[in-house]
Amino acid sequence: MQLKAGTKLHSAVCDTDVMVIKGTGDVNITCGGAPMTSARGPLGELDAASAGGTAMGKRYTNEDQSIELLCIKPGKGTLAIDGVPLEIKAAKPLPSSD
Amino acid sequence: MNISLVLQMAADTLPDRIALTNNGVHYTYGRLYASANAAAARFAESGADYVSYLGESGPAMVVALFGAAMAGKPFAPLNYRLTGPETLRLIERLSPVYLIADTDKVAEIPAGAAKVLVSVPDFLKSVVTDEAEPFPAPEDDDEAVAVQLFTSGTTGEPKAALLRNQNMLGYVLGSVEFCSADEDEAALTTVPPYHIAGISAILSGIYAMRRMVQLPSFSPEAWLKLCREQSVTSAFVVPTMLSRIIGHIDDTGAPCDLPAMRALAFGGGKMPLPVVQRALTLWPNINFANAYGLTETSSTIAILGPEDHREAHNNPDPMIARRLDSVGKPLPTVEIEIRGDDGTVLGPNQLGEVFVRGPQVSGEYQGRKLTDEEGWFPTRDSGFMDDDGFLFLAGRIDDVIVRGGENMSPGEIEHVLREHDAVDDVAVLGVPSVEWGETPVAAVVLKHGASASEAELKDLVRQKLRSSRVPERILFVDALPYNEMGKLLRRNVRDLFNA
Repeated sequence: MQLKAGTKLHSAVCDTDVMVIKGTGDVNITCGGAPMTSARGPLGELDAASAGGTAMGKRYTNEDQSIELLCIKPGKGTLAIDGVPLEIKAAKPLPSSD
Repeated sequence: MNISLVLQMAADTLPDRIALTNNGVHYTYGRLYASANAAAARFAESGADYVSYLGESGPAMVVALFGAAMAGKPFAPLNYRLTGPETLRLIERLSPVYLIADTDKVAEIPAGAAKVLVSVPDFLKSVVTDEAEPFPAPEDDDEAVAVQLFTSGTTGEPKAALLRNQNMLGYVLGSVEFCSADEDEAALTTVPPYHIAGISAILSGIYAMRRMVQLPSFSPEAWLKLCREQSVTSAFVVPTMLSRIIGHIDDTGAPCDLPAMRALAFGGGKMPLPVVQRALTLWPNINFANAYGLTETSSTIAILGPEDHREAHNNPDPMIARRLDSVGKPLPTVEIEIRGDDGTVLGPNQLGEVFVRGPQVSGEYQGRKLTDEEGWFPTRDSGFMDDDGFLFLAGRIDDVIVRGGENMSPGEIEHVLREHDAVDDVAVLGVPSVEWGETPVAAVVLKHGASASEAELKDLVRQKLRSSRVPERILFVDALPYNEMGKLLRRNVRDLFNA
């Protein structure tokens, strides 16, 4: 899957939608064990081993933080790149300036 | 992906939470989202290229902002304080336009000037709903212009600053945590819809899912009253507003209690040091944040946060105490550099031009992109960063006075004059001089009942700075000319010296 900031990706096995915040290039992103797609199709089978779920509004990132995805619709699958589950990026609270 | 994502996520998550209170009427996230979808359909079928809004802040403006994004049309709000001919010139630049206007403004728009002209109440009647077909979102619209804001035109014809979906989303997604507000949180907005801070307050408030309370016409009394009535927990004000609120409390002995208030942010102009010091003393438990941002950067790029304020306040170390006069540190999502006249990057404590880059930086006007090939935007603000990374601003580069080949910023002279006990407000600018090319002059407002002589003030500058900085003339005036956002109109100050 070719990544570009702003791209919207759908899970092929659950309700999860993410938006790419950061990251470019050809990356193997999966959700619930199945590759994510750029268009919604009929849902396949969720892999029980990748059913950690996604949380609305959370940012998911890989270990070197080169890729960041924002969950814009939650679902049951686990987000992963090359089989490695992504972690929720800790929020650094900023004082509200508006 | 466009800015309506912010509202969509909020409505998907907690549709029944109250998003907005205006004149005592509540709007939930679900209702705002459904109404924005209905509005998008209207905008799409209208054949207009722009959606414009000429009025005070209110639910119609929020619905129009997101509806326009859904329909793929730039939202271009107009300043309702402009004169009729000024307004018409801007409307022409937006043609064909779908124009939503306050009822009293509708009558002033000649027939045919707008493709569609609708009053705020009629617009709300036609689009407010709890149930609407989701409007099919345009594809690949990251690059599309979400918001077009006209600059205040203090130096000429207003320029149209373009903010694309990726800029606005970059700001909100990078600086606000989704749904981070508790249900009892309420943010008071007093900034008008045509100002970047008015737009970013809506996006941030909705993304944090903080109830928005709007006060269209500011007065210190109304602001304090609404804060108490609506149990406001956070607010944003421009420096003039804070100055007036504090002035009202100090002059009338009005109570200053703001029981629910947790955070007060300010920005949009230079905050005078005495005002922020007084605020810290009046409200020791409120978290203050000073935000620095520009229209061209989709709002805030640097913040002086609550801890910095507390640490600096009354600190015996002058290098820490002076941070109250800074705009804090850059947001983690932007980079800031100070550059010299020749473009070289300067080190700490060296005065130069502030450059910024990051996803939220558009740096673009209609027909003109000001960012360089590496994405850096020259802000035209002069400033420096201290050893600890705090950014200090020293005025606009274009205001720099060149006296006999020596560059001086009005800010440093103003700063010194402001230290005088009798001085309430001051503006320094350069006027043509046969001998020096340009020479500084000052317009000074004295505090009520206080006095100071021209010689005394000149002496102060001579002692603190040097003789070349001494204003050649000091004019005592009753008040300085500001626009409604507290921006000093230097052009009008100049007229005082020409008179």
